[in-house]
Parts: sequence; structure tokens; C-alpha cells
Amino acid sequence: MDPLDAIKQTYFQECDELLLAMEEGLLAMESGEADSETVNAVFRAVHSIKGGGGAFGFTDLVSFAHIFETVLDMVRSGKLQAGADVVKELLRAGDGLADHVRAAQSGTSRPAGWDDDIKASLSVLAGETSRTGAASEAAGEEEPAFTPMGFAFDDEPAAPAATPKWRIGFRPHTGLLAKANEPFLILRELAGLGQFHVTADLSAVPALVDFAPDQSYLAWDIELETEKNRSDIEAAFDFVTGDCDLTIEQDVPPPDVEVAAPSFEAAAQVEELHDHAAPEAANHPLPEQAGDAAKTDAGANARKTTVRVDLDKVDRLVNLVGEMVIAQAMLLQQTIESGLPVHSPVNTAVKDLDHLLRDLQESVMAIRTQPVKSVFQRMPRLVRELAAQTGKPVRLVTEGEATEVDKTVIERLGEPLTHMIRNAVDHGLESVEARIKAGKPEEGTVRLSAEHRGGRIVIEVSDDGGGINRERVKAKAIEKGLIAANAALSDEEIDNLIFLPGFSTASAVSDISGRGVGMDVVRKSITDLGGRIIISSVPGKGSRFILTLPLTLAVLDGMLVGVGEETFVVPLTHVVESLLPKKGDVRQFGPSSHLLNVRGAYVPILGVGQLLGTGDDRIATGDGVIILVESDGTGRLALEVDRIIGQRQVVIKSFEDNYRSVQGIAAATILGDGRVALILDIESLIASGRSVQAAISSRIAVGGTAA
Amino acid sequence: MPKIILTVDDSRTMRDMLKFALAGAGHDVIQAEDGVHGLEVLANCGHVDVIITDINMPRMDGYGVIEQVRRDPQRRNIPILVLTTESEPAKKQRARDAGATGWIVKPFDSEKLLAAVRRVSQ
Repeated sequence: MDPLDAIKQTYFQECDELLLAMEEGLLAMESGEADSETVNAVFRAVHSIKGGGGAFGFTDLVSFAHIFETVLDMVRSGKLQAGADVVKELLRAGDGLADHVRAAQSGTSRPAGWDDDIKASLSVLAGETSRTGAASEAAGEEEPAFTPMGFAFDDEPAAPAATPKWRIGFRPHTGLLAKANEPFLILRELAGLGQFHVTADLSAVPALVDFAPDQSYLAWDIELETEKNRSDIEAAFDFVTGDCDLTIEQDVPPPDVEVAAPSFEAAAQVEELHDHAAPEAANHPLPEQAGDAAKTDAGANARKTTVRVDLDKVDRLVNLVGEMVIAQAMLLQQTIESGLPVHSPVNTAVKDLDHLLRDLQESVMAIRTQPVKSVFQRMPRLVRELAAQTGKPVRLVTEGEATEVDKTVIERLGEPLTHMIRNAVDHGLESVEARIKAGKPEEGTVRLSAEHRGGRIVIEVSDDGGGINRERVKAKAIEKGLIAANAALSDEEIDNLIFLPGFSTASAVSDISGRGVGMDVVRKSITDLGGRIIISSVPGKGSRFILTLPLTLAVLDGMLVGVGEETFVVPLTHVVESLLPKKGDVRQFGPSSHLLNVRGAYVPILGVGQLLGTGDDRIATGDGVIILVESDGTGRLALEVDRIIGQRQVVIKSFEDNYRSVQGIAAATILGDGRVALILDIESLIASGRSVQAAISSRIAVGGTAA
Repeated sequence: MPKIILTVDDSRTMRDMLKFALAGAGHDVIQAEDGVHGLEVLANCGHVDVIITDINMPRMDGYGVIEQVRRDPQRRNIPILVLTTESEPAKKQRARDAGATGWIVKPFDSEKLLAAVRRVSQ
């Protein structure tokens, strides 16, 4: 890659981080938890985005960031009070800056003037105080040191046939040396401009006893013949303005004497300047400057050392460790079968290796984990926008942002969470009037939290709204033909109706939630991640959605079952119970299907061998072992197998990558003895279990028959 | 002549840009991420010809870096260039007061950057 492109990529990565840091800071300001370092951090973030943007020529972004930065600088220096209104504008500007960055990244141009409105608000904030004189004061400070650089007759001495000749008097002050400027380098710079002749003035050099090594005693008179103009000569002294006595005169032929006159003035002005500067500052820092430095030092926030690694590399490592775990399992099995005594050195070593490998696997998995913060942090903006669209004041409370989970899980969490929060604000929270009537605070609260619980991550989205309106949900489900009109459903069952495909309670599809995505899609994306979603709702108090997700998608807790010669893995999350059915509990239903009575509810029995064509054509009759499996909402299924082998953590190997997608099979794994075992896709089995007959007729062969 | 240059900037983009331009001209570049880190690196990395520092940084800003270096008898002669923008003349002045040798106005091109380095170091 072109190194500049690589830097650009870095820039956008950095922008993402800076935007998050900015938003975090602004939110802290909003909640009144901000100290001066927070404001500083926000300022720095915007400043850095602007700086990099300038380097790549993103002019729109830079001009937007500039005015944003100006306002932040005023907040930082206390010239502007960060009241609620101001912070609100800042948040809006933050969103605008994020949009600018995105536009720059994708190379698309947004409609002209889309940000005018935000810019205007910022200008008002910046302008309001400048009328009070604060800003003009700031401008006043900088003037004396930098104005004298412009001279009107830069281009004039071009005509003469002879090369123009300049006389330059240069006497460095001690301050020039204290700033590590080197007169020699300035002379070298001048020498590069043309014909150069220099004479040192040694008159100020004292006797050796009085000689101080850090003092400046020398001065130089320079004659320079150059085609360059005055500003080029002055540029050589740019860094030492104020730290030296400097005169620059053009040695002009007698007729043009009057041209030289203004330059004396200029020289005088330059000379005067050094009084403004504080040449000794380096040696004798002012007390408050020292104090400042100490303060920034104390406000130190611990810097974490990190290394950026390509995700591919991590995945390769994860995969290799997975292979190693399998190889280790084979080795372990071999040592057991070899008949060596249990405490033989080989066995002990293999077991030690096993422990180490488990630790290694955990550590490697941890590399892929990230705090959920990256997803959570996208939500405040969403809530702000929703609040503006619905006219409901909403407060978002987030907890457990540091909770870590696999990167892939994080990436796929964004969409369902976004949808759930939309729902919470749009459907969950009541209107302001209704809230007041119910004696609740006007501002609704949406809570988003994450925590680790039993090797899984639990994410909750809750609101303090009106809860699920069960009457309406039930009526709607009946109207849509999703349930029978006389169905007797428990509260919990009614709540779960909202997960059914084709269900949407908003009578008028609103602009916000009604985007063709229902809660069924949310549930689908959660179950695709190996997770579950549970709902609990209290009328008048609010609703709670609880997601439980695996920490990683690379390993899975499974129940190993045997069918004929084959071994299959049933994901443990789907297993409800295993049982040996009593004869009376199995009912024949149609010519070749059976149902199992599980405490009053009939569940279809599906023979795994029969379904997957392992060469075992026995019809499931409930004679074998039954594993009762369940998928959230879609139903239950009784899987008939020959035997249960045990419970084990298995490394998931993609079936699609290595073979092709097969209905009923989610993935594969390699067992300790080196054989491949297929991981059942319970979702699709349950779907096919609804019509057992159909499933059998459309039977699929799995990699040829076994045995 | 190749020089050893310490760059102090909290922005990864800016660090990369500086390194790209300076290393491209044959200089050795040492990077630090903020003022405190910069001083740590400076204390441990042996000889440094030039320091280029940003002003706005967490933990310790550019002014702090300049003041600390100028107070250190072993290192006070190291030229220090600060990164500023056109719109910040007050910052430039404050950096000078703290003892900055010169400045580089952002956005910079390689030529401008290298010229500034040349002007403060043999």
C-alpha cells in the first residue's frame, strides 16, 4: 500500500477513537461530571481530527472542526459557560463532525450547506462572547510579536541590472541561545541565498575572567547579494525574532535613497520587539508556568500500552490453538488406550500439557475480546435523535461498558441493540402527558447494561415506560391469525408473541421503529449468535429485554450423542432435558410420525439418524433416548438418539468453508479420536420438525453414508 | 546529514506523517505519545538532535516538554520545534516564551518540515 494511504487509514481509525473519546467527554459534560481535563480531552480530540484532516486536504471537515474547536477552546478557558444549552449544541456539533469524518472517509460529498445550521449555532456561541470583548482581547495579545513581518515593497527591487545588495546587522541576545537557536545555522541559511560576506563584531567579548559560557557576546555584519526579496531574508530570522537585534537594509544606488528609509523604521520596530518576549523564560520559568506543568502532570491518566494486530493473524492463532486442542485430545486418548499406568510420567506430562493448553486457549480467546463499550457508545447519539423525533425527553443510562466479549459478537450486536433501543423509546416510553398522569418523571429512562454471568454475557435493555400492553398484543396476534381467538395464554406467552414473525404492534407504522424490522429479526440475530432473548414486562412500570450470549463463537458447549456409528453434537444452549420416555407417553401420529407427551404438551419426535440419513432407516418411535431441545419461541422438538456420550467443549469448524451449507447441520468439530462430528442446527431441525413427513421426504445425505 | 529526531505527538496520524517525511529524508525517528512519555524516552534514548513536539497532549503538553528540557542542564541545548497551526499565534508565542527554538505550521509538507529541521540543527 502507498504509505500515504496507510497513514490515511490510520487517520480514520484514529478518528473513530477520537470521536468516541469526544462523545464520552461531552456526555460527561452533559451530566455535570466533567472536570477541566475532560474538556481538555474533548478539545484535543477535535483538534487532532482537524490536524489530520488538514494534512489530507479535507477542507470541509477542517473548517467545521475549526469553528467547533474555537467554541471548545472558549469553554476550556472559561470564556464560555458550558450550560445545558451549550453542551447540547456541542453534542450536535459532535454528531456533525462524525458525519464529516464519515463523508471524508467514503469520499462522498454531502449536500452543500448541510452543516450550515450547526455552524451557525456554533458561530453564535463563539460570537456572543466576542462581543463582550474576550475574544478580541485574545487577538490583541498575539499582535505585537507577529505583525511586523509584512512589508509593502517586497517585490520592488527587481529591476536593477546589478544584483541587489543587502546589509544585515545581527546581534543575538542570550535568550536566542537559551532556546537552542544557533547563530551559525542562521548565517548558513543566509549564505544559501546568494553572495555572502560576513564580519564578526568581537567588541563585546569580555576578558576571560568575566566570560560566561551561556551568554551571547558576538554580533555579525553581513553583506548579501541576492535576487531574493526581503521576506526571504527575514524568513531566515523567523525563529529568532525578538531574541536578537536585527537590521536589514537594502544597499541601493544613490538615486533610490528614499526606498531605504522605511526599512529603518522596520528595523527599529523589530528591535523594539525583544522587550515583549521573555528571553529568560527557559532558565527562570515563571511560578505559574511551573504550576501549570505540574497540573498537567497530575491530571495524568494511565496510558495503556497496546499493539495493533491484524484480525486475520489473531484468527489464524485461534485456529491453530483449536487444532492443538484437538491434537492434544487425541494424544490424551492414545495415552489412555495405551494401557500405561495412570501415574506414569507420560500420562502426567500429557495432563500438564492439557492444563497449559486450556490456559493458552483462554488467553488466545481473550485477544479477540473487546469491551462492549464500542457498541454501547453508539447509543447515546441514537437516543438523542430518537428523543428529538418523538418529542419524548429520554435519558440513557449505560452500565458495564467494560464487559468484554468476542469481537464478532460485538460487531453483530449493534443492529439488534439499535432496534431494541428504538423500540424502547418509540413503543416503550409513554408520552410526556401520560407519564405526568402516571406520576412518573417527565424524562423517560432507558437502561443498557452488560455483565458476565456464568461464562456468558448478559445484556439488558430496559425502560421505565408503560410495559407491554398485553390486551393490544393479544388482539393484534388474533387479528393477524398468529394465535387462535380463544387461546388461553399466560402473561409470559403473550409477551413472547412480539417475537413472532409478522408481528408489529404500532398501528401506524412509525418512522422510527417501523423499518420493516420486527422483534423477530432481533431474536433471529441473537439466536444466530448462539444467544437467547428473554422478555419481562410489568404493566405501568416498564419492560426488560435480557439477552444472554456466548463469549465467543469459536468454541461451544455441546452434548455428544451417538446415532448408529456416528457422533453428533447438540449445542447445550438448546438442550432442555434428556429422558427415557415411558411407552404410554409416545403416540403415533400419521403413518410414520410419533409425538411425545411431555407433561401434557405434545412434541414431535425426530430420529436424528432418520433425518440425516446415516443409513439407519428406523422410524423414530420413542424407543431410544430422547433429548428435548428448544429454540427461543419457535418451539420444541424431541430428538431421538441411541445414546448420550457426554458433555464437552468443542472447537467449531465451519462446515460451509470446508464443504458447503447443509440443512440441519450448523458446523462440525473434530473429536479426540480424530473423527469428525457434526454439530446439529437445532433451529432448522425444529422448523423441519413441524412437518416431520416433509423433512423425511426431503432427506439430506451427509457426506455419504457412514458404516 | 542524518539526524536523530524525537517526535512527541498524541495523534497517531501525525506521528506517522512525521515519521514518513523525516525517515524518508534519511533521519532516524523516535516517537513518543505525550509529554511525559517524551521525557521518559528522552531520558533513556541517548543522544537526540532535534525534538518536534505537539502542543495539545494529555498528561503533559508541549509547553511542559519545552520547559522541562530547557531546565535539564544535559539537554537544554537540544533544538525544539513545536507543531502549531496558522490560527494559533498565541500558542506560538507561549511556546517561544517557554523556550521553543522554532515552529512548524500544520498542515505541513515534507519540504517545509525538513527545512525547519535544517534551520535548527547542523
